Amino acid sequence: MNADRRYHLLIALLAALTLVLFLLSLTVGPAAVGFADSMAALFSGKADGVALIMREIRLPRAILGLMIGATLGLSGAVLQGYLRNPLAEPGLLGISASASLGAVLAIYTGLSAAFLLALPLAALAGAVAAVLVVQALAGARGSALIVILAGIAVTSFAGAMTSLALNLSPNPFAALEIMFWMLGSLTDRSMTHVWLSAPFMLIGWIMLGSLGRALDALTLGSETAASMGIELRRVQLLAVFGTAASVGAATAVAGAIGFVGLVVPHILRPLVGARPSRLLPASALGGASMVLGADILVRIIAPERDLKLGVLTAIVGAPFFLWLVFRTRRSLT
Amino acid sequence: MPGGNRRKHSPLRATFAAWRANLLTAFALGLSVMPTLAQDTAPHRVVSMNLCTDQLAMLIAGEGQLHSVSVLASDPRSSAMARQAEAFVINHALAEEIFLMEADLVLAGTFSSRATVGLLRRLGFRVEEFAPATSFDDVRNHIARIGELLHRQQRAAELIAEVNAGLARLASGPQSGRTIALYEPNSYTAGSGTLANEIFTAAGLVNIAERLGIAGSARLPLEQLIMAKPDLIGRSSSDYGAPALAQENLVHPAFRALAGQQVVDLPVAKMICGAPFTLDAAFMLQDAAGEQSQP
Repeated sequence: MNADRRYHLLIALLAALTLVLFLLSLTVGPAAVGFADSMAALFSGKADGVALIMREIRLPRAILGLMIGATLGLSGAVLQGYLRNPLAEPGLLGISASASLGAVLAIYTGLSAAFLLALPLAALAGAVAAVLVVQALAGARGSALIVILAGIAVTSFAGAMTSLALNLSPNPFAALEIMFWMLGSLTDRSMTHVWLSAPFMLIGWIMLGSLGRALDALTLGSETAASMGIELRRVQLLAVFGTAASVGAATAVAGAIGFVGLVVPHILRPLVGARPSRLLPASALGGASMVLGADILVRIIAPERDLKLGVLTAIVGAPFFLWLVFRTRRSLT
Repeated sequence: MPGGNRRKHSPLRATFAAWRANLLTAFALGLSVMPTLAQDTAPHRVVSMNLCTDQLAMLIAGEGQLHSVSVLASDPRSSAMARQAEAFVINHALAEEIFLMEADLVLAGTFSSRATVGLLRRLGFRVEEFAPATSFDDVRNHIARIGELLHRQQRAAELIAEVNAGLARLASGPQSGRTIALYEPNSYTAGSGTLANEIFTAAGLVNIAERLGIAGSARLPLEQLIMAKPDLIGRSSSDYGAPALAQENLVHPAFRALAGQQVVDLPVAKMICGAPFTLDAAFMLQDAAGEQSQP
């Protein structure tokens, strides 16, 4: 009973934190607009400059921060549970980088201009390919180390192909955008991006969210889980396509943002009592808070520089990753 | 691993050293057959490796004096003289190709690759560098300097007179005092100390970026552009035939809602470099400001 109460309190606190950061995200920006004015402009019917900024620039940015963060947190928690690997995360497994490659091919060949949905679909295809490669390598008894090595190889390859595609573009600006695709940013995204990516992320969340009980059973090993009536094929399908749909759509509009899916589940796991089904909603909220927070910081630290989001998440995430490797190195080899 | 390997295979290193020595000899031979540089005779094989010196050299050089211009000079998206550039050999601002052209004068920009300029100088070429023009004073000075270098002072004086006459005509035109913001891909704008700022001022306009205290080329976030409410937005973007995220700010719903009829598509190629044709951009803006204030 006590554990239940603590869990509900945690979820309530995380939800409150996410809400506060969402509102804060709406009020931070280069145009100095007061809190009351900005909120009033958001809900008033007026069409002046402040309302335009709030509705067309800051609102889509905050919504995307929330949804992309939730996607990364949730998919990180699912991948760690499903692969039973503490280092699994969309960024480290090459899923984000491959989704970037798909998105880059769709955008810079002009395909997405001709057919709007080509962008999220191409990113999804890239993400599926990466999950399948990693999955194939992880195999029946692939060690945690092999999965991570496969992820590194996929990330490097997708990154190199992304650079190649951008360098070959006749548009001189394209090559400068390598940074965006590798580190991610939410600067000046619009409602178009929200409409394009939100349905895919929602579908992905539903698929990943339905895995709670199966992941709980999987902690006892796959044979026990199967004997408990868990269909492993179905779990695999949901994990692969849920991750691909949500991470693919997130990456298609904001680039690859690393380490969120690694850090958040690890911080929250001890607080939810190591039950994957409870970790999923907590990680989604935690991920949303982390990305919203990082996106607020990039606007405060260097407002005129268009700092990339991935820089901040890596500053927190990379040392954490090293510490995690250090801690688990005995079980890795 | 690789370092250890290299140390063991000393024959490879020796071969490499020999090959390098050969290369140096080849360079030295090349130098000896190069025409001796005399300051008092006009250069007759000029190579320009910078878009701005390309265009000024094409305007100033005498018949057959200019041998080669950079590849950018023949691209209509960056060059106002793309058609004229077709008459010259194209270079890619690489030391090797310019070396083979046996130029007796190389014109470069101060932003040309330091390595290339340094190498050409070491090889004995006369390289004259030009900083990007940020004012009409710079434009006149550059024209005069190239006129001297090419021994074409007469032609340079004509062009300077053309610039002066154009500026005088702009000054006698309507000084609308309307505000304008330059808006480029990636939300870049130009503030004080830029050629664009000079063009706006010459057209009788007030640059919003300068008023906001922006110096040089810097980002003007979409939010700030909306709050600043300029009378005119000078859109400076080219169609490269392939999309890039950098140009998405120009189709952002907020930009489109703001823009409407006050957007002026700037003649980008005429504004990159300072030359007499740069004044065309100012004339165009003066007209656009006049038309807008009519109704």
